[in-house]
Amino acid sequence: MNESKNRARRRAIIARSLAVMTCAATLAACVQIDTPDKPIEINLNINIRQEVVYRLDGDAKKLIEQNSEIF
Amino acid sequence: MTGNDKMRVKMWKPTGLALAAVAATAAIALAVPSAMAQRDPAYAAARAAGQVGEQPDGYLGFATAPTPAIRALVEDINIKRKAAYTERAQATGSTVQQFAFTSGCNLIANTKPGEKYQAPDGRWLTRDSSPPVRNPSCP
Repeated sequence: MNESKNRARRRAIIARSLAVMTCAATLAACVQIDTPDKPIEINLNINIRQEVVYRLDGDAKKLIEQNSEIF
Repeated sequence: MTGNDKMRVKMWKPTGLALAAVAATAAIALAVPSAMAQRDPAYAAARAAGQVGEQPDGYLGFATAPTPAIRALVEDINIKRKAAYTERAQATGSTVQQFAFTSGCNLIANTKPGEKYQAPDGRWLTRDSSPPVRNPSCP
């Protein structure tokens, strides 16, 4: 009776450790994918897409023309 | 009766046109003064003297250390500019920074020879007859 109980316990322990290892492996893989390989850089220069500037250019010209006292 | 009605219609049309003409004249009369509004003489002088200049971000900056009066003048104009940019940014679905930057591109392009402007690298340059040094994103 004791023998079979022990066996069952051992099996449970092995199964649990396997599950933990699998989880750990999955997590490790996930972390590796998500970690950026380059340090995060904060660019202080104004970086505005040209496309946006072209879209707003006509409106900006109009604003400057209509409010010449502040430009 | 029908003839009388026709007469009435004919009488109304010129009146309508006249009213439209009056309204159009009034609109032009109202619009012209705002478009013709001139720079404050102190601001115009500071610009011409190269004490203040245009920055790439769409605001005025100091090319040389400002007097308190010039500092106050520039800060006042920059507040008004920011209000104008904010209003237009909302109307065009852009950010204030995007709209201000686009205006800055134009304002630097509009500088007259002798006036100061700031290059993308931060140096204050004097505008000459050649095209100004602007951010590569400028149109």
